Amino acid sequence: MSTNKVIHALYNDDDILMDAVKTVKDAHHHIEEVFTPFPVHGLDKALGLAPTRLAITAFFYGITGTAVATWLTWYTMIADWPQDIGGKPSFSWIENMPAFVPILFELTVFFAAHLMVITFYMRSRIWPFKEAENPDPRTTDDHFLMEIPVHNNEDELKDLLATTGAVEVKVVDKH
Amino acid sequence: MSSHYESSYREPLILGDKSYHDITEDIARPIEGKANKNWYIAFYIALAAMLWGFGCIFYTVGTGIGVWGLNKNIGWAWDITNFVWWVGIGHAGTLISAVLLLFRQKWRMAINRSAEAMTIFAVFQAGLFPIIHMGRPWNAYWVLPIPNQFGPLWVNFNSPLLWDVFAISTYLSVSLVFWWTGLLPDFATIRDRAVKPFQKKIYALLSFGWSGRAKDWQRFEEVSLVLAGLATPLVLSVHTIVSFDFATSVNPGWHSTIFPPYFVAGAIFSGFAMVQTLLGVMRKVTNMEAYITRLHVEYMNIVIILTGGIVAVAYATEFFIAWYTGSPYENYTYLSFGAEAGAYGWAFWSLMIFNIIIPQILWIKKLRRSFIVSFLVSIAINIGMWFERFDIIAIVLSKGQLPSTWSRFEPTFVDVGIFIGTIGFFFVLFLLYARTFPVIPTAEIKTILKSSGENFKKLREENNEH
Repeated sequence: MSTNKVIHALYNDDDILMDAVKTVKDAHHHIEEVFTPFPVHGLDKALGLAPTRLAITAFFYGITGTAVATWLTWYTMIADWPQDIGGKPSFSWIENMPAFVPILFELTVFFAAHLMVITFYMRSRIWPFKEAENPDPRTTDDHFLMEIPVHNNEDELKDLLATTGAVEVKVVDKH
Repeated sequence: MSSHYESSYREPLILGDKSYHDITEDIARPIEGKANKNWYIAFYIALAAMLWGFGCIFYTVGTGIGVWGLNKNIGWAWDITNFVWWVGIGHAGTLISAVLLLFRQKWRMAINRSAEAMTIFAVFQAGLFPIIHMGRPWNAYWVLPIPNQFGPLWVNFNSPLLWDVFAISTYLSVSLVFWWTGLLPDFATIRDRAVKPFQKKIYALLSFGWSGRAKDWQRFEEVSLVLAGLATPLVLSVHTIVSFDFATSVNPGWHSTIFPPYFVAGAIFSGFAMVQTLLGVMRKVTNMEAYITRLHVEYMNIVIILTGGIVAVAYATEFFIAWYTGSPYENYTYLSFGAEAGAYGWAFWSLMIFNIIIPQILWIKKLRRSFIVSFLVSIAINIGMWFERFDIIAIVLSKGQLPSTWSRFEPTFVDVGIFIGTIGFFFVLFLLYARTFPVIPTAEIKTILKSSGENFKKLREENNEH
């Protein structure tokens, strides 16, 4: 039996899915992937997924934005072409800083938001012209699909899944 | 089901006997079905208005902004009024999706998609006005910080007008990304249902190949939360900076420290009013009555009462200060005895009636739960908030500090035409959106079905589950 074989178990309720995930985990089987039509609360913990670090990246992207804004206002207003605007000369960045607060804030948000979203798209491999990879079109409607790799234990898995309330269990060859 | 418990005292947010599949069906129906006659009538009226507005814009650009009703004392009036009005309308969307997300207000899920669409389309309209007011819009890139070879000097980072450029473009782009990220799973739903090959291709492209893995959802929720956290101060900053356009000047009536909070409250006030206007029609046209309910309308009206109250207190403060200073100049600011009795008295009273008096009827519970009353009040607020900006600009500028600078602003047909054009453009975009986009966040609303769905609440009641 080839190891490319996987079992697809379909559920039609999020609570049944959650119980099934726990049952399968308790039986020490590896769940390769779960496809759901909406975020199921607690599923990531039940699957043992590590917490995402995207929020941390957003923090560092934000700091980058602040730094860019600091450099931009300093270089253009103080270093490259200092002017005396309305009797308020541009001698030092720190003294003129209050006028730059809006720019510092906006660029911080701009960098944090966009770079975080781009990171999310890259990490989750979603972008224009990307082919969808959900194995069953019903998983974006009202079905939940659990994918379990088969290692010479097809019948055992099938029996187990039948007890978890799956509405459909099928073995497929994964390309 | 006990994990989805919500108190039975809370009214359901989703009416009727719905399953997950019913929700998909309901939201996909307007996209997959054919448009009715009313849609086409509305679309062609909006399109005609838009084309008329574009004609007026071409005339302005070709001839110069002398075709507007501006004069040597009133150097900006109708255009900046419209700019601030549209930016204000653009505030509800991100407020609903960001602030209400942070406060875990589940009712936002029925309206946030459309409110965000409204935000983006309104900011498009707002952005048009400063650009055409430049007179030479092909030089619009001079507002970007680019090196000297492209222009005479660097941009001036001390200027609130430049802060505006950064604030509005950050707001527009972040709102767009927030909106689109939320749309990905819903586009995927439409993609996986589509039967026509062309439709499938288009929605496959729009959905960026969203597959709905557990890890994707974990990241999706984190990204939504962080974006909401970033967008919340962003919303507040944008209208604050718009108010700086006035508040950092030295004109009596504009040089006012309460402008930032008062403008932000006014923006939310007008934004929610526009959401009421649009959704009052859309819930009927797209058959979303089960999702956009009386409860949603009431909640929005409560936000309107709150922000409208802040605006009313701000008006009273400005009026009091204008009188209390004893300064004759202050007596001609937009909220003063001079304004009330002056040539723009009608504009002063329009502001008071539409913005302050009419919305007070929403204190009555029966009226704020009525669809038709909410719709009519929202129209009144839209008009009132336009007058607020018109009064701030035209009345203040019409009475300069020397009698020789006293003048009057009369809009020309071009001023009016461009405004009508932006309304047309806005509705063209919104009507196209309502036919091609999932108007309710399909994936998100499914997460509250078991806790807030009418049928599930009843079931819990019958089984006596608590």
